[in-house]
Amino acid sequence: MIAIVDYGVGNLFSLKSSFAAIGAEVFVTSSEQEIRDADKIVLPGVGAFEDAAKKLRECGLDKVIKEEVAEGKLLLGICLGMQLLFEKSYEYGEHEGLGLLKGVIRPISEVAPPELKIPHMGWNALQFTREHPLFRRTKEGDCVYFVHSYHAADCDESKVAFVEYGGDITAAAAKKNVMGCQFHPEKSANVGLDILRSFCELKEGDLC
Amino acid sequence: MITKRIIPCLDVRDGRVVKGINFEGLKEVASPVDLAKYYSDNGADELVFYDITASSDGRKLFTDILCETAANVFIPLTVGGGINSTADFERVLNCGADKVSVNSGAIKNPDLVTEAAKLYGDQCVVLSVDIKRVDGVFRVFAKGGRENTGLEAIEWIKRCVGNGAGEVVVNSIDTDGVKQGFDLPMLKAVTEAVSVPVIASGGAGCIEDFITLFKTLPRVDAGLAASIFHFGEVKISDLKRAMWEEGIPARLTIVEDSAN
Repeated sequence: MIAIVDYGVGNLFSLKSSFAAIGAEVFVTSSEQEIRDADKIVLPGVGAFEDAAKKLRECGLDKVIKEEVAEGKLLLGICLGMQLLFEKSYEYGEHEGLGLLKGVIRPISEVAPPELKIPHMGWNALQFTREHPLFRRTKEGDCVYFVHSYHAADCDESKVAFVEYGGDITAAAAKKNVMGCQFHPEKSANVGLDILRSFCELKEGDLC
Repeated sequence: MITKRIIPCLDVRDGRVVKGINFEGLKEVASPVDLAKYYSDNGADELVFYDITASSDGRKLFTDILCETAANVFIPLTVGGGINSTADFERVLNCGADKVSVNSGAIKNPDLVTEAAKLYGDQCVVLSVDIKRVDGVFRVFAKGGRENTGLEAIEWIKRCVGNGAGEVVVNSIDTDGVKQGFDLPMLKAVTEAVSVPVIASGGAGCIEDFITLFKTLPRVDAGLAASIFHFGEVKISDLKRAMWEEGIPARLTIVEDSAN
């Protein structure tokens, strides 16, 4: 069973539906026990980093996630949920993340020239820095859907994929059992569903 | 590089897809859920669902259809029509919409854009504007293009973007339904006025019209159309390939052509 963490940030209808569409057993929960009982955890998120980090802490689920990850449970962060995996964000100030991946969240405007629009919104082509089983069905150049104004920087250690938007924008990062996608697999048509399918099939031993 | 988006628009009334010619004489096409799935499978980058129902029964039906679509179609969905309050935003976002398009609702209550952007983020709020030239001036029209609001369109768009609209759909009433190409002068004026994504709507009749649009106005992010897609006059897969061949960034997908 896969637990989608509900901590009051954004709507989870599409994410839940996308897992259901590939036949995965998935449920949306804010219960500590249910998250602990799940085989895998998905951390979604839209909106502002500060607000999301605060909500996650307030319901105590930041600790639960960290503890489960320490025990080897697979975690997938999506969009803002991916950004939360990093050490800190500079979105309107300086805010602490979960610190599961090395790196910081910085404005895309620092990378992209001013003629490019912010947010980075739409379909962009993935380029890979290394192989990862999350993308075993994905080809270089496959397009996925993004909506974000901030991105993960200083994260060479975990970077798996990036897209070009004036400069390189981190698209996916992973370290052992912790992984994240900046894009929305649940909105990325068949390419996205294949990534979720690969996540469902992942086993701890597949990762390093 | 980010790709140019191709967006079919589904006008839905009483649970069916319809498309008007110059907003009048509505004609039934197909089941919205089937059509949405077909488009998604065939390379549409995004879908717009436009609720043109007036009755509350129809609204309930629309909401149900939206839920069913979002449960089966995994590309971004924008919903518009009858969005007059943040409660309306909530209603369609809960059914799986990603973005919500406001038109008359923003004209009646200009604070709606501000409030919605604060609650759901700029990227969620799409300003849709029906524009028609009146004595050489771009004017904003309301009520499905029937009523001249007197607002000057470029000023109106700038104001709404300033209030938090994260994207603008420019629908030219002058070219809508005529199939002679997008309204390039109108679109140019809008792209020069705002820095958020601009979606061109109204006038596409063939593949060439999209090529001309993106080549002439590189700051236009997406092209929206309805009947030419619904009636199969333009196949999205052919359009994408043509864009690619012309050097316009486009998302190509493997097409399993099951319908039509």
